[in-house]
Amino acid sequence: MAQIEYKGKVFNLDEDGFIDSFDNWCPEWVEYVKESEGIQELTEEHWKIIHVLQDYYRKHGIAPMVRILTKVTGYKLKYIYELFPSGPGKGACKMAGLPKPTGCV
Amino acid sequence: MALKHATPMLDELEKGPWPSFVTDIKRMAARKPMCEDLLGLLEMSYEHKEGHWKHGGIVGVFGYGGGVIGRYCDRPDLFPNVAHFHTMRVNQPASKFYSTEALRKLCDIWEEHGSGLTNMHGSTGDCILLGTTTDQLEPIFYRLTHELGMDLGGSGSNMRTPEGCVGRARCEWSCLDTQDIIYDITIKYQDELHRPMFPYKFKFKASGCPNDCVAAIARADCSIIGTWRDKIRIDQEAVRAYVGGELVPNGGSHGFEKRKLDIQKEVIDLCPTRCMEWDGKNLKIWDEDCTRCMHCINVMPRALRPGTDVGATILCGAKAPILEGAQLSSVIIPFMKMEPPYEEFHEFVEKMWDWWMENGKNRERLGELIQRLGLREFLKAVEVQPDPRMINTPRFNPYIFYDPADVPGGWERDAKAYRERHHA
Repeated sequence: MAQIEYKGKVFNLDEDGFIDSFDNWCPEWVEYVKESEGIQELTEEHWKIIHVLQDYYRKHGIAPMVRILTKVTGYKLKYIYELFPSGPGKGACKMAGLPKPTGCV
Repeated sequence: MALKHATPMLDELEKGPWPSFVTDIKRMAARKPMCEDLLGLLEMSYEHKEGHWKHGGIVGVFGYGGGVIGRYCDRPDLFPNVAHFHTMRVNQPASKFYSTEALRKLCDIWEEHGSGLTNMHGSTGDCILLGTTTDQLEPIFYRLTHELGMDLGGSGSNMRTPEGCVGRARCEWSCLDTQDIIYDITIKYQDELHRPMFPYKFKFKASGCPNDCVAAIARADCSIIGTWRDKIRIDQEAVRAYVGGELVPNGGSHGFEKRKLDIQKEVIDLCPTRCMEWDGKNLKIWDEDCTRCMHCINVMPRALRPGTDVGATILCGAKAPILEGAQLSSVIIPFMKMEPPYEEFHEFVEKMWDWWMENGKNRERLGELIQRLGLREFLKAVEVQPDPRMINTPRFNPYIFYDPADVPGGWERDAKAYRERHHA
């Protein structure tokens, strides 16, 4: 597990670059990771998605299905990919500090 | 060449008359350290009797949610060259027609940016490129799309790369232009192919005739299988030639030796619905009883051919066993003309997806959802009337109603009151 330091905060990352625990999430993490996820400037829309993901996770203990995310935010999936080029699972969940989505390929 | 790791157990797999993947990987190992470590890791898995790839892994290219499958090994300390070993799925051309130039270029790109190992083709239908590192993903994607005009395929909970049989390009039995259908689905549903939005995977496969060479009925959530609604075309002269031993049965698939075909034993008696008769001179087929098993056509290809009023049967719900057992697709639309621009088909697909996305649980295949909520609910959602052809043995119980609304008074009966009116 790799460790990085940014603005006085320390993050432990797995090989896909997800932080080890939701409890260790802080806004600095989003700032740090945005560039590697292909985002120049964070807008309110980015934050809206991050907050929806986090609220859902706090309530249900898992990340929402993509369909729920599009419904709750009102953003079309294609637009979410414009905001988060690496997608809702890899990009948005990573930035929100949620655990890595599991899934069978 | 001496390899970094001893592989006594893998070496066993090189013995015998068959081609061996171990030999293939060893050949590549001379040039690629990744392949050397891959052999070492595999040998260790055989020794420990467990896999040494970690589960999951989420990597990809910008703009797409699928197409790359993250693979990491759990002993990067021992096998540093396969610490990352991601798989890329490349959307194969319809019916897998490549030019040798395209294949060479694809291999060159892969050797430069990845392990050089390919799997042509994976059971998904895609061309599978095995083993690369995260930093190489974007360069490969750029070169695939810009130099070769090829795209990544599907993975994860999205529409998987559609697949079709060789179709009319090479096959006289094909009732469909499978290549055009596959191309149309691929282009029309790009979003669904690249950006996962479904409860789980969704596969389309198209076979030109009921021989079903891509096994659409067994593997596709939506199977498109060519069929005809008129009569099997019979050339009586050719039937007599098979019986007389002038033509080789099965197009020579079972040997080219000339022999007389025992039509009664080899064709008539094997017809599952017994819809054929041979009077010694002429073959008669009661087409209304034919279930398109293709056996007679396969045995006597010169004499029998599919009809000319062709189209597709659309079936839904096949899957491999994960939650429940394996399931074959069920007939949903017995006959659809399946001609461009395929509007009728698109409408059906979108209704089907809407229902599945609305009702499906996470990782529930369409077939499982149909099983859970019932075929009746599915038929209502896609606005298709129930039809005896959807049932395996329609004549077994002629009193099937799909909906209580179809029966005057519904399904509930007061047995006591009935007995009082009709004493035994």
